[in-house]
Amino acid sequence: MSDVQSPNSSLPETGTARVKRGMAEMLKGGVIMDVVTPEQAKIAEDAGAVAVMALERVPADIRAQGGVARMSDPDLIDGIVSTVSIPVMAKARIGHFVEARVLQALGVDYVDESEVLTPADYVNHIDKWAFTVPFVCGATNLGEALRRINEGAAMIRSKGEAGTGDVSNATTHMRKIRAELRTLSSLPEDELYVAAKELQAPYELVKEVAATGKLPVVLFTAGGIATPADAAMMMQLGAEGVFVGSGIFKSGDPARRAEAIVKATTFHDDPDVLAKVSRGLGEAMVGINVDDVPEPHRLAERGW
Amino acid sequence: MSKNRPVIGVLALQGDVREHATMLERAGATAIGVRRPAELAEVDGLVLPGGESTTMSRLLETFELLDPLRERLADGMPAFGSCAGMILLARQALDGRDDQRQLDALDVVVRRNAFGRQVDSFEGDLDFTGVDGPPLHAVFIRAPWVEKTGDGVEVLARIPHTRDAPAAADRIVAVRQGPVLATAFHPELTGDERVHRLFVGIVQER
Repeated sequence: MSDVQSPNSSLPETGTARVKRGMAEMLKGGVIMDVVTPEQAKIAEDAGAVAVMALERVPADIRAQGGVARMSDPDLIDGIVSTVSIPVMAKARIGHFVEARVLQALGVDYVDESEVLTPADYVNHIDKWAFTVPFVCGATNLGEALRRINEGAAMIRSKGEAGTGDVSNATTHMRKIRAELRTLSSLPEDELYVAAKELQAPYELVKEVAATGKLPVVLFTAGGIATPADAAMMMQLGAEGVFVGSGIFKSGDPARRAEAIVKATTFHDDPDVLAKVSRGLGEAMVGINVDDVPEPHRLAERGW
Repeated sequence: MSKNRPVIGVLALQGDVREHATMLERAGATAIGVRRPAELAEVDGLVLPGGESTTMSRLLETFELLDPLRERLADGMPAFGSCAGMILLARQALDGRDDQRQLDALDVVVRRNAFGRQVDSFEGDLDFTGVDGPPLHAVFIRAPWVEKTGDGVEVLARIPHTRDAPAAADRIVAVRQGPVLATAFHPELTGDERVHRLFVGIVQER
């Protein structure tokens, strides 16, 4: 064998937790945009998106058209992958490990095991440790986030009510996760056993989070974000970055709005910048109040 | 002029800013976020973090940081870029966007996403000139590599030969040119602050 190797060096390894979680670290402070065509992906990249999420229909259309929502056509994903140079994410149905295998084979950079699609398994989520590609999953509370991390999720997004343009569920869930993190880190060690039971999460993970005061993976926000001010508010509430779904391509001027949301995410704490970028964006997506969505049609409540 | 505890900025437009700030503090510097020209004016050196280089390039331009940053680099301000930061500091980036801006502080040509997509991202050990002790554990995430170096660019690290990735063997993944340091990987993610110490030392020397 002609291989030369320095005696102390470890072999390069792909698909490790550090490489998967590290990828999400690189997206921080950025905006990930839902796109359904290569043209939209190009607009998103031009606007400064850190990644795009390839899907067949944006949540607003899934909501309007109904039916079973599934993984996108591989041709569509290929088209998007070959159009942009930024990372491409794609959605698989909750529990649909074969859709996830297909997405990994297509070379997507992150798989979103998403409640926006129709769940394929109402008991089990995907065993995400079994993949080289990293996963992002949604959560409405800390226990749900920790269960997903325990299954191998390398990134968490707080859930909002996708496809509504109503940010209220996103704020509720982000505040809930942050409040539960604060509570957990204030508990004495002997109360962590019961805390783990109540959170329905593994004790080791609960103990780690109690010690650090934060999730061991990056926490983004998603669902219902439609304006630069929405994105900035979510960042101020503790999101490390933003997913925008229907909010961009269901608005009057997607390119301008996309760019404005990128700027607002970076300068989320600067009202002067926010005022400047919020001007002249044209029509926002029409929007639906979450309260007007009948409970069986609420996406955030899918997943457990 | 040497300073005991230099103030080092981390370009905070997007990316893993906090990780760099933590490592800089541990390596003996005071770290501040830099998003505005006034903040840039206050720092003794600057870290350009990992993240999405196209996004950072765009924001540098929009928020009028590009020219002030080029001026400070031309004046000899020390800088350290990891991954996306390396791409920004380079003279030229291949496989980037046509409108991507280069800071031209390093006479190198880099190739973006050179190792492949995220499923090809990896971690492993390498020897790093100027860093004492055991090999450095390096995390590569959709990483670039250096394809060409000009005169005056010192190569600090290359990908070792392994059976798994013969195409990547010997690729240049860390360089230095005067006060400017760049790595294709992310020393900020491993908790080993030796590369940050090297950079803090460069800032202190000036």
